[in-house]
Amino acid sequence: MNTLTETASHDTEHHHGPAKGIKRWIFTTNHKDIGTLYLWFAFIMFLVGGAMAMVIRAELFQPGLQIVEPHFFNQMTTVHGLIMVFGAVMPAFTGMANWMIPMMIGAPDMALPRMNNLSFWILPFAFLILLASLFVEGGGPAFGWTFYAPLSTTYSGDSTALFVFAVHIMGISSIMGAINVIVTIWNMRAPGMTWMKMPLFVWTWFITAYLLIAVMPVLAGAVTMVLTDKYFGTSFFNAAGGGDPVMFQHIFWFFGHPEVYIMILPAFGIISTIVPTFSRKPLFGYPSMVYATASIAFLSFIVWAHHMFTTGMPVFAELFFMYCTMLISVPTGVKVFNWVATMWRGALSFEVPMLFSIAFIVLFTLGGFSGLMLAITPVDFQYHDTYFVVAHFHYVLVTGAIFSLIAATYYWLPKWTGVMYDIGLAKLHFWCSLISVNVLFFPMHFVGLAGMPRRIPDYSIQFANWNQLISLGGFAFGLSQLIFLALVIKACRKQGEPVPAKVWDGAHGLEWEVASPAPYHTFTTPPEIK
Amino acid sequence: MVKKSPIILALVSLLHYSEVFANEAFVRSNINLRTGVTDISQQVYDLHMTIFYICVVIGIIVFGAMFYAIIFHRKSKGAKAANFHESIKVEIAWTIIPVIILVVMAIPATKTLIAMEDPSESDLTILVTGSQWKWHYKYLEHDIEFYSLLSTPKEQIGGQWIKGDNYLLDVDKQLVIPTNKKVRFLVTSDDVIHSWWVPDFAVKKDANPGFINEAWTKVNEEGIYRGQCAELCGKDHGFMPVVVEAVSPDDFDAWLANKKAEKAAAQAEEKRLLAMNMSKDELMSEGESVYMGYCAACHQQNGMGLPGVFPALVGSPITTGDVKAHIDIVLHGKKGTAMQAFAKQLTLKQVAAVVTYERNAWGINSGELIQPKDVHQLLQE
Amino acid sequence: MANQSNANTRLVNRLLLVVVAMFGFGFALVPLYDVFCDLTGLNGRSVQRVDALAQSLVDDSRVIKIEFVTFDKTGKQMTFRPQAQYLQVHPGEMKEVTFTINNPLSHLQIVQAIPSVSPGQASLYLNKAECFCFNQQSLEPERVSEFKLKFFIDKDLPKNIEVLTLAYTLYPIEQPVVAQVLRR
Repeated sequence: MNTLTETASHDTEHHHGPAKGIKRWIFTTNHKDIGTLYLWFAFIMFLVGGAMAMVIRAELFQPGLQIVEPHFFNQMTTVHGLIMVFGAVMPAFTGMANWMIPMMIGAPDMALPRMNNLSFWILPFAFLILLASLFVEGGGPAFGWTFYAPLSTTYSGDSTALFVFAVHIMGISSIMGAINVIVTIWNMRAPGMTWMKMPLFVWTWFITAYLLIAVMPVLAGAVTMVLTDKYFGTSFFNAAGGGDPVMFQHIFWFFGHPEVYIMILPAFGIISTIVPTFSRKPLFGYPSMVYATASIAFLSFIVWAHHMFTTGMPVFAELFFMYCTMLISVPTGVKVFNWVATMWRGALSFEVPMLFSIAFIVLFTLGGFSGLMLAITPVDFQYHDTYFVVAHFHYVLVTGAIFSLIAATYYWLPKWTGVMYDIGLAKLHFWCSLISVNVLFFPMHFVGLAGMPRRIPDYSIQFANWNQLISLGGFAFGLSQLIFLALVIKACRKQGEPVPAKVWDGAHGLEWEVASPAPYHTFTTPPEIK
Repeated sequence: MVKKSPIILALVSLLHYSEVFANEAFVRSNINLRTGVTDISQQVYDLHMTIFYICVVIGIIVFGAMFYAIIFHRKSKGAKAANFHESIKVEIAWTIIPVIILVVMAIPATKTLIAMEDPSESDLTILVTGSQWKWHYKYLEHDIEFYSLLSTPKEQIGGQWIKGDNYLLDVDKQLVIPTNKKVRFLVTSDDVIHSWWVPDFAVKKDANPGFINEAWTKVNEEGIYRGQCAELCGKDHGFMPVVVEAVSPDDFDAWLANKKAEKAAAQAEEKRLLAMNMSKDELMSEGESVYMGYCAACHQQNGMGLPGVFPALVGSPITTGDVKAHIDIVLHGKKGTAMQAFAKQLTLKQVAAVVTYERNAWGINSGELIQPKDVHQLLQE
Repeated sequence: MANQSNANTRLVNRLLLVVVAMFGFGFALVPLYDVFCDLTGLNGRSVQRVDALAQSLVDDSRVIKIEFVTFDKTGKQMTFRPQAQYLQVHPGEMKEVTFTINNPLSHLQIVQAIPSVSPGQASLYLNKAECFCFNQQSLEPERVSEFKLKFFIDKDLPKNIEVLTLAYTLYPIEQPVVAQVLRR
């Protein structure tokens, strides 16, 4: 791990370089070190959550119960979801923010470096607790990552307390990370870096950070209520005491829907950075991109009940949430159109970050289409809680969020390490991922429409062929990510051609004005922004 | 034009692909939503296809433009980058046009939704209650009620036997409803949230404990329609199918009469059982089948339970201690746990048999026999 | 630099305030949800309580069918029944129904009946003058207790609602009263 920025500090004048050994990483307050820690942590969690997905796909390879018990299967789907959302995607974006935001706005570091250290280092404990809960008697959480009451209260095992504790820690970590991002962007911009000159990645993260501080506390409230309902005799979600289990879903999805955008808005920022670089053309419609991001963030607060159409709502409520949800496709569409317009009449080249970005645009849009279909209430009654939903959110999260993170890594990795990674391996990684991810998720639309419910360990034989294919795609996609691991390790060991400060000829932005690899301390004197 | 052929080919194949979707033979296949057997499900299907086609068209336009740029605006082909980066007109257009498309989608969607939730008077009301992990049906106007359990043999799930055609989609007693009558379902739950789903009716309603939900259907065609629980409800969520048989109103009346006769016979049988003693073999074989059907999901076939989740019966004070306490927990369940009250699910004979079984199986052999009248007596206390 | 750190502290404090406020908002959603349900009938529980002497104009032109469904979740083999499966009523007309609960136990049992109305919206138009669900009820051992429900349906009930279902679920009260207080 410590090879990544080992030599990064040799040419700084005013500051000492990093400490040596493990202490460097434990006590570091350097935004680049912390970014590195976040990214590695997220990648490890991605592999752990991925391993759980492999267990799920192995069990679903054929009908019948072969490998795991249904109770363990439920633990796998639950913990897979929690780890991927809170352990992989969110920390990876925070890592990107740590590395890139100070460099993009010309700041020497994050505004609150010690809090930055703390917000990272509590995270491993949260996931140790969550993973440990799988080994307590009765197993880990088995109620889905959405932990609907009363399955997670009256009817859950005692690992629920550990789950609640872990979620609290994750929440505190994300909130601290978000506060840090907001303060950095408000107060640390270099002179002349006005709001509407900020790179779009910074903008999207700025809005994401506000979403985070708005909804993570609500999640904390929800898990706290689950805890008190289970152990302290309250009746928030228990009909017997005057509570309502459906209210849990309202509170959860009030957090949950903005959470979805927390995981995709920074991805929009990344794609909006990469596409202009390799189109050699400025981003089309920068202001509309900013406004679209803000409107998506706003709309995300008034659509939560579209996850709950089948719970039984009055027709007018169903209509309200349907219309609002459909409306989200307008700003999202604007973004896609802007990317296409950016590419239009550019001078395109297809380096690996661009390949992943194009895949993102196409596949994320597919996920958007299925999202639009899901918004239509009467049809949602058929799609709800089937594999169609699973296909939808994996298209927006895997080929959306994760692909954008991979694209970002390929885009900035040379800046971080100072060497160009193995392009052959990277292209292999791209094609393997692209094909396998579609073999994995595309047929899920079919089995979902044909009537296969989600979160089942066994299925009726009519779904057998597709599930076999899906599982094969899953194994292939999982293995493909090991190529990525090998490639990143190679690059961190400096195996590759050294790169200049401006790695990509079409790139713009302050991060390309510092040397490659990026020195341990950058912009200790603010740059001039023209 | 020759140069453009790959795109045109791609477009044509995409169009062709979408036509395949519309093909009637494909509709019945296992990759698309089914048209179902009610007017509503047909409307839902049409809505689904309309939106799908709109998405396909938008996709062709957007991706078409993008791939055109990818193919013709490459640097390697000597393309020079233009420098435009905004156009108010275009941006307004692609904000307004999607809004118009959305309105076009919203109109039929709203109509269908309102038709679905039409609360006008129905011909028959059925109370559907979910519990871990079975469905209970009660015909409110006819005083008939029964549980509906998965009937797929354990050996098929475990892989010892070949899986049947309706693997995981078969129940012991299916719900029977008349065709061409408006049937109202009142949906609720005994424990966690379940979701009652019959794809062919386009009906999916959550069963919330302590609350009732309504759904309606009017089936046009006779037949057997299968669905599953759609909301994660614990360990055996995947093993609680919904099977509904739609029969002609005449057949339905006959079925009702038959059910009522069955019920009377069962009551007479209970009376008869109270007066006699059953043999150990009888009790044990009945007990085993009841145990496998109702108890083994949690306490496991070998009575060892799942540590930390479901307690073991072997060596438990319940199965080795006081008989009355044992019968009591089977009848009334244990509050705050997954142990349900079985008094309404099992007959006196079944309770007697299963308690006998639990006290004599797995090498325990206490020799105690529990008779239906013992259970009856306890119920009176 | 001092300026910078002051500005940071101020902003952090403000953001922390947002965090705390949103944590509070999470809990505030509980009463807000109740208010929202009272306004819209969202969860079918917002039955109106009216004075026992309340008078209303009777709308003879409409007949509403009101069905009664009962659930026993005490796990104690209580027999909980409405006196009639359903009633046909005119909006505005005061009606009375008796429910019986048989307590087979040899000891006193306290229960609470929880109502649920479907369609939920209809609960806004169901006016109860008297209901056993307003309070916890104690059931004498080995006896059938009778309970009254006095209600009328508001004449403003939306025209498309012709059938209304009123469900009661019977729960045993054993938990400490603290739980109730905390929720309210």
